[in-house]
Amino acid sequence: MRRRSIYLLIFVLVLFGLALWSIVPINTKLLGPDGLRLGLDLKGGSQLLYEANLSMKDPDVTADEAMASVIAKIQRRVDQYGAAEPVIQKLGTERILVQLPGVEDIGEAINLIGKTALLDFREQKFDALGNPVLDDEGNWVFEDEPATAEGRDGQERALTGMYLKRASIDFDTIKGAVVVIEWDSEGEHLFEKITERNLNKPLAIFLDDEMISAPIVHNIITAGTRGIIEGQFTMSDAERLAIQLNSGALDLPLTIIDQRDVDASLGADSIRQSMIAAVIGIILLFLFVLLYYRLPGLMACFALGIYGVLLLAIFNLFSSHITLTLPGIAAAILSLGMAVDANILIFERIKEELRRGRSLGAAIETGFSRAWTAIRDSNITTFIVCFILFWLGGTFGAFMVRGFALTLFIGVALSMFTAIIITRTFLRLIVNSRLVTNPAAFGVKI
Amino acid sequence: MIDFVGKKHWFFLISGILIVIGIVSLVISQIQFGTPLQLGTDFIGGTSMTLHFSPQVDQEQLRQEFTNLGYPEAMIQGSGDDFLIRIREISFQERQDLIEGVETSLGSEVIVRDYDTVSPHIATETARNALIAVIVAAVAMMLYIVWAFRRMPSPFHWGTCAVIALIHDVLIIVGIFSLLGLLAGVAVDAMFITGLLAVVGYSINNTVVIFDRIRENVSRQIKPDFAATINDSLIETLGRCLNTAMTTLFVLLALFLFGGATIQYFVLVLLLGVIIGTYSSVCISSQLLVVWEKREWRALLPFAKKSA
Repeated sequence: MRRRSIYLLIFVLVLFGLALWSIVPINTKLLGPDGLRLGLDLKGGSQLLYEANLSMKDPDVTADEAMASVIAKIQRRVDQYGAAEPVIQKLGTERILVQLPGVEDIGEAINLIGKTALLDFREQKFDALGNPVLDDEGNWVFEDEPATAEGRDGQERALTGMYLKRASIDFDTIKGAVVVIEWDSEGEHLFEKITERNLNKPLAIFLDDEMISAPIVHNIITAGTRGIIEGQFTMSDAERLAIQLNSGALDLPLTIIDQRDVDASLGADSIRQSMIAAVIGIILLFLFVLLYYRLPGLMACFALGIYGVLLLAIFNLFSSHITLTLPGIAAAILSLGMAVDANILIFERIKEELRRGRSLGAAIETGFSRAWTAIRDSNITTFIVCFILFWLGGTFGAFMVRGFALTLFIGVALSMFTAIIITRTFLRLIVNSRLVTNPAAFGVKI
Repeated sequence: MIDFVGKKHWFFLISGILIVIGIVSLVISQIQFGTPLQLGTDFIGGTSMTLHFSPQVDQEQLRQEFTNLGYPEAMIQGSGDDFLIRIREISFQERQDLIEGVETSLGSEVIVRDYDTVSPHIATETARNALIAVIVAAVAMMLYIVWAFRRMPSPFHWGTCAVIALIHDVLIIVGIFSLLGLLAGVAVDAMFITGLLAVVGYSINNTVVIFDRIRENVSRQIKPDFAATINDSLIETLGRCLNTAMTTLFVLLALFLFGGATIQYFVLVLLLGVIIGTYSSVCISSQLLVVWEKREWRALLPFAKKSA
């Protein structure tokens, strides 16, 4: 019995040491870039939830394939945009969640990510007499369908962004920012035929069914020549378009169904405020437990200290899976209160057993074993709730709901471990060492 | 020694009054606003945002400005130094126009601290999922209790009493938030449901500890009378129940007072839940068990007893 307690103590101390080692130095590392992964509500940033219109998909591919392709393209766009630690994941069958921590200009993100970015070219419309068709305002009118030409294999093909090899930006003193495009060999072939057919006529450049510009074709653009898309772009417009063209047009049209952004200042306030709350709460908690339960209370405070370090270590070690959110911090603080609960159940039981006249050692053993059923049964309900909340949070990208559920689960599981293993080991060792023999240390008068 | 079981009528009366106040508030809100609770953007769609003004502006002025800019429906609520505003769903362009409009006319710089736009389409789905979550949680708790007390003479009674206590907790909290909605425009969102479910787990937790003790004492058969056994069990577990509630309340109170506005109402749900959940565990659920086991249906009405 005694030997087992000592082994357990060594185990607890080693675990504690490892955990402590993994989170020190607390200030510089934990909340820094390599430390805990902070949610948008703490770090600031944007979140976009998209819904894809699956009825528009190419009938040859499955819904999963189309979604996978869209997600890969969004990934490429986000990567080129340069957001740090973006999260892009599929929710359900037709939704895509995009989280961009640190990105505060959500307008830019919206324009970049969700645009289909389908590029094509359209020829001018002529009436039966061969005169250009004009609209009411006297502007040229273009065909509704993309311009096509005979491909290398003899098939008639529309020239679209699909045949792009690369898009880049350039700055032209007259035209301003432009996007330079290079075609692959099929694209070069089609482009040559189309420019040949439209020599000295305008050829409109369309993006997502909207005309960007309609320059006049002055030369036939043959293989190896670069094409230029001009449209009175600003530098950032051109940059965005180049990123979109490079990533490829999205296979499905997307609509935003939920968009959220948090200012970094709010996140910083939240961290500061919840830290103050945590410190005050923990001090109150320790005072209460110490004054009311005395020696076991002190043991519980040690156990709680270890609990706190273990919890932080878990967050730190699994920072790629667990995101710390504000409700998550609330759950961590709440589970601290609940961790005391398990200890209190045990202590109350020990007190009762002492009042019934048992020896200190016997009271501790009976107290633990009797309290165990209550601890187990009462925590199962919290686990059930955590599972339900985790599911609920996942259905609409509610990172705050998920953060709470996950942290509460970890916290409660860990609290059972601290109460059953750590507090018990401490108490056994103290009683066995005969340092304490007076039941008054347990707050019992005999 | 406190007679918890003997005073049950008073407990039932207090709870009854609280629940009735809540229900009245729900009905008034339904009549006045067409919804028993003010629903947040999570459930009905729309835009909610937290705006920070420097220098600070007046709430009435801000309301006027939103009306001028074409958002007469705006719900504006002060929250610390910031304003929490709910309006219909707007696009990114409309958002920029709105912020610029407010900045120019009030001559104050705006920081959008938090912004959330939810399309009604997904909001409806979220509301449905939240309802499913609540129902699944209730059924799971019920099944769990029936299972936990399967060795008792009538597990169904135990389970039902625990669930009635739960419904009692949920009704009171929902009632309080309906009142807050009526008086201060507080809306419930997904975090409210999260808090509510956490409370459900916590409240059951307490009830299980007490029932566990009753189970133990009944099987030991120390006292022949069921009511006396229950009272003993309540008193034996009272220290634990109150102390647990205290420790949890300490940390929650610290969070409520110092934790900032973002999760203040969420913490309030937890805070209320711990208080009401502890009360219902000690004063309601076991007493219901006595009433059921002894078939004291008539005595349920506190004044019927006197006239009888």
